[in-house]
Amino acid sequence: MAVNNKNTVDIVEKKPKSVLIKHTFIYIICIFLSILSILPFWLMIVNATRNTIQIQASSISLIPSHYLSFNWKVFNGKDFNPGVGFINSLTIAAGATVLALYFSSLTAYAQIAYEWKLKNAFFSFIMAVMMVPGQVTMIGFYQMCFRFGLTNNRLLLILPAIAAPSMVFFMRQYLQPALSMEIVHSARIDGAKEFYIFNNIVLPIMKPAIATQAIFSFVGNWNNLFTPLVLLTQPKKYTMPIMVTLLRGDIYKTELGSIYLGLTLTVLPLIIVYLALSRYIIAGVALGSVKG
Amino acid sequence: MKDSKKAYNYARFGYFFSIPFVIGYIIFSLYPILYTFTVAFSDLKGLTTREYHILWDDLFKNFKTVLGLATFKTSIANTIKIWVLNFIPQMLLALLIASWFTDRRSKIKGQGFFKVVFYMPNIITAATVAILFNSLFGYPKGPVNDFLLLIGAVDKDHLINFAIKKTAAQNIVVFIQTWMWYGQTAIVLMAGILGISPELFEAAEVDGANQWQTFWRITIPNIKTIMLFTLITSLIGGLNMFDIPYSYLAGGPDNATLTAAVFIYNQAFAGAYMYARAAAASIIMFVIICILSAITFYLMRDKEAAALRKIEKEARKKFKAKQSVAGKGV
Repeated sequence: MAVNNKNTVDIVEKKPKSVLIKHTFIYIICIFLSILSILPFWLMIVNATRNTIQIQASSISLIPSHYLSFNWKVFNGKDFNPGVGFINSLTIAAGATVLALYFSSLTAYAQIAYEWKLKNAFFSFIMAVMMVPGQVTMIGFYQMCFRFGLTNNRLLLILPAIAAPSMVFFMRQYLQPALSMEIVHSARIDGAKEFYIFNNIVLPIMKPAIATQAIFSFVGNWNNLFTPLVLLTQPKKYTMPIMVTLLRGDIYKTELGSIYLGLTLTVLPLIIVYLALSRYIIAGVALGSVKG
Repeated sequence: MKDSKKAYNYARFGYFFSIPFVIGYIIFSLYPILYTFTVAFSDLKGLTTREYHILWDDLFKNFKTVLGLATFKTSIANTIKIWVLNFIPQMLLALLIASWFTDRRSKIKGQGFFKVVFYMPNIITAATVAILFNSLFGYPKGPVNDFLLLIGAVDKDHLINFAIKKTAAQNIVVFIQTWMWYGQTAIVLMAGILGISPELFEAAEVDGANQWQTFWRITIPNIKTIMLFTLITSLIGGLNMFDIPYSYLAGGPDNATLTAAVFIYNQAFAGAYMYARAAAASIIMFVIICILSAITFYLMRDKEAAALRKIEKEARKKFKAKQSVAGKGV
């Protein structure tokens, strides 16, 4: 014990100089990385308020100008319509998130609360299909939609969320220690039906898991480019990520400020959500990894 | 007896509650996958065609065609190159940050802030990030060229047109991928390191291990599973990389950023409507992903545990053999 103490003292005494150098180094790297993270978005937001002539003169400016409404007017009558894109993305992301959360919780509950013959086989199946990348399904998915005349139908971007294997997995991992079957049993004795128990007793228990998954599901659906790009051909149904790819087109080449404004508008909702919920999001990233 | 009867009664709810998932999966995933496989062996092409025929004469015709295409080979090579070049610095940077932030001897202040900032690029729409970088690397006017001019790295007549330089385009895609993902990986690794029992670190400290030794002998072996998990998810994501290369320069210049996913998209949906070929290409990609994942699992498997299992098995065999010999003796 005494030796141990002596060691600690040694370390404490050694600390100041070498630790100071190391800390300075760490902080310099971290601050550099922070600037790297923030600067592109800062330039984007500032340039969204400047006009083409100002950007031509110098594209690096940290101080906003006053051409925001001018840049906004450029979008009039063009395919890039942030309002429409926002509504479409919001509908699809919210719809898909709600379905994924509800049915994943239900599937996870079936895994935890009941003993049935195919239970373990079904869980192995879910684990296996988690690894299947979406691109293998895409050609067949498109052909299926095309055959039934369902391209451009936004429901096809929402309904597949009913079967979200990785979310089922997460919900199951959460529910396993969190659910005590005694509560379920006593609800049964009180005459509650199984479906009622799930909706009114189990779902509230799952609130923390649902909140975490809600954020990731929403952001994932909002950012999804591939599926909507394949399925949607009518500009009035375009989601935000598709709208954004239009900005690369030639008609906006001369309106640099508008390009930056368009980009800003597509990420503003995300940045606001992120800054408001960052604590939960970071915790969720860490949680997902440990559980996975 | 009563309990088992009860369990029997309630068992059907296990099936009932799983039905929506099963139906959803069959309609929106399983059926499309089987459809993709069927199409891959057929002659389906054209925007308005609904009829197609299985190529019974030459079943693997599409696969042969795709594997013979120079652009497909380029796209596979690009995909692997871009993934490897982004994964290595991403993992190293993440390990470095994770080890700094979890260091028990010196606490780094502002960790919460740094984590939030490092993770931020990951949550922003990838398409937006790609187009933003397209603007930042603009030519002749763009922040990067302006910056290079400012520090005197280039002069006015030799500004860099990043969009037509193949290596530059590839490296920018690599940079964007690394920049978007290192924060996520760092947070995941940090969670892993914080999950290691503190006693292990204390014991190492008592034994006089320095930070380097502690890192290699305790931290790394204990987060191996999480690193494997990160590797596999990154591999699957990386081989399906679409958003950044498609939005940045649509696979250009001269196919330098053409990834397999962009190739498939171009075959099926951008003008050519070669659905059969695209389906064959996506199945080839799927097989490649499966093989690479299996190899990774094999290489990263817990060798000590495997060796232990082997020893145990042999011991059991010997024991059994001995027993049978003994049995015969009696």
